[in-house]
Amino acid sequence: EQVPAAVLEHLERLALVDFRDAEGVQRLREAVRFAERLHEVDTEGVEPMDSVLEDRCLYLREDDVTEGNCTKELLKNAREKIEEYFVAPPGNIPLPKLEERETFEQQS
Amino acid sequence: MTISFSRKDTEPMETARAAACHARGGTVPAGQSGLASWLPVVGLEIHAQISSNSKLFSGSQVQFAAPPNSLVSFFDASLPGTLPVLNRRCVEAAVMTGLALNCSINKKSLFDRKHYFYADLPAGYQITQKRVPIAVNGSLSYSLCIDNKMSRMVTKTVRIKQIQLEQDSGKSLHDDTRSQTLVDLNRAGVGLMEVVMEPDMCCGEEAAAAVRELQLILQTLGSSKAIMAEGQLRVDANVSVHHPGEPYGVRTEVKNINSVRFLAKAIDYEIQRQIEELENGGTILNETRAFDSKLGCTISMRDKEGKQDYRFMPEPNLPPLILYDAKSLPANRNHQQVVNIDWIRERLPDLPSVKRAKLVELYGILPEHSFTLLNEDGLAEYFENVIKHTQMKPKKVIGWVLKELLSYLKEHALAVKDSPVSSFLLADLLNLLERKEISSSAAKQVFEELWKGEGKTPLEIVKEKHLELLRDQEELEQICQAVIDRQEDEVMAIKAGNQKVLNKLIGLVQRATRGRSNPVLVKQILEKKLQSE
Repeated sequence: EQVPAAVLEHLERLALVDFRDAEGVQRLREAVRFAERLHEVDTEGVEPMDSVLEDRCLYLREDDVTEGNCTKELLKNAREKIEEYFVAPPGNIPLPKLEERETFEQQS
Repeated sequence: MTISFSRKDTEPMETARAAACHARGGTVPAGQSGLASWLPVVGLEIHAQISSNSKLFSGSQVQFAAPPNSLVSFFDASLPGTLPVLNRRCVEAAVMTGLALNCSINKKSLFDRKHYFYADLPAGYQITQKRVPIAVNGSLSYSLCIDNKMSRMVTKTVRIKQIQLEQDSGKSLHDDTRSQTLVDLNRAGVGLMEVVMEPDMCCGEEAAAAVRELQLILQTLGSSKAIMAEGQLRVDANVSVHHPGEPYGVRTEVKNINSVRFLAKAIDYEIQRQIEELENGGTILNETRAFDSKLGCTISMRDKEGKQDYRFMPEPNLPPLILYDAKSLPANRNHQQVVNIDWIRERLPDLPSVKRAKLVELYGILPEHSFTLLNEDGLAEYFENVIKHTQMKPKKVIGWVLKELLSYLKEHALAVKDSPVSSFLLADLLNLLERKEISSSAAKQVFEELWKGEGKTPLEIVKEKHLELLRDQEELEQICQAVIDRQEDEVMAIKAGNQKVLNKLIGLVQRATRGRSNPVLVKQILEKKLQSE
């Protein structure tokens, strides 16, 4: 079925994912349909598995300082920097509302 | 640096409100227009930075005030291909804290991702424990004075909903003039314990007392240094009001509180603001508000982005955290990989409440004294050291420590460890007093002199200023006689039956001897002389 435009907008805003065009939305629809097949299995009384690592041992590290001190290397990734600080915009720039954006619906 | 939550700091207004708050069972009477009283509800979310050498999931150092981005590993900067590795010390800190707060420790707890975008959160999500945190269902007991003189203390309890391990974010420095934010990731990934309290409190004073006690507990355990001024303890308050018997009102979240004192102020302001708003027919929005310490009010931080959807999901890179106890210890595991809850419980230090009870029992001091002793860093040790080196009874020593020493320290804004009068010096001074070599007022003069820190001993000061109690009975009798001879009116009054005037004569003798006479002895001599006249 159709994914409502409001849901699309919500997803794009939350995940900053750009569905871009009808093909992108179609791929989303197919992914949802694929995942919905899980409902065919009766999971009554079964504890959900949330990680394939569930029977692995969580490794505990000793509290030693073994990393860090690589400011120069890290800052190589920065488009802008000031005195070893990363520079970012003053706050989150909210995604423009659906009406203000060029979306696939407007394009098609 | 010493944190103090001294009774003197709290304004009389706040204490009066708190006293009234407790007397009425927590309600606030209606304002001008209202008919029914209001019940404020306060819940706290506290983030305590774990005291550890390295971060929660990486080996970068944890340190306050270091060059920007120098304590950051590739994982902390969220570079691709990096994975979290859990720090054992952080787990132990959380278990200790959970045990100290009477929690059930979950032998199996899980990690989750909480997603939101912000420049100081490079991964775009925070690793936290949403579904199954490490500790649940505990309690914190704290004490409150319900009158101004600190003589009536009442014990209250707040339930702890849970304690969870999570990552701290980096720091954003807002540069409004250049319309940009500078980001320092040194703090990104530092381990935090989030302590969630149930909304069992009713006013700022209760919240402040609870936080103060939690701070002391964390510092005693060593699991967090919990210094609010260094951001090691951050408190957010959830505040709402409702009429008794009705459902809870809409709550607001108050942030940006930098001290225990401001916590009380912020909460009380917000309670008042909500009451006034509702009594004027307005509504309360479920929003986040920032406390402005200069203006003493809360300001809306209304989010342009609307309500956040954090899209919680299990952290796929971390298996469940399994903790053991004596019964469930695995046989073949390397013990460095095993956290044993019972082992940790056996090694918990005495918590503040236990320390206080011991001080009261051992030394016969009042409960409120024990609170003050523990409230100042190092004061309890100072007190015990004085006791060790003096013959004076603890009940008298406590007066000197809490009145003279503490007031001088406060006046000069000094910590106990920086006191110019060491516990040994004070003990020496108190011994002189106890052996009746000087009077109490002379002792105070000596203390003032000792405070100058010129390296003189109490005995040297006494000799220098001739403060010894007059031992010469004859000299004392002469002075008394002189006073009697001069004060004819007073003598007549005493003989007529007005005994109170005798105190005036005693005072005059004290003055004549510059505080070097024993008032009890003086009284005896005067009485004897007056009788025989």
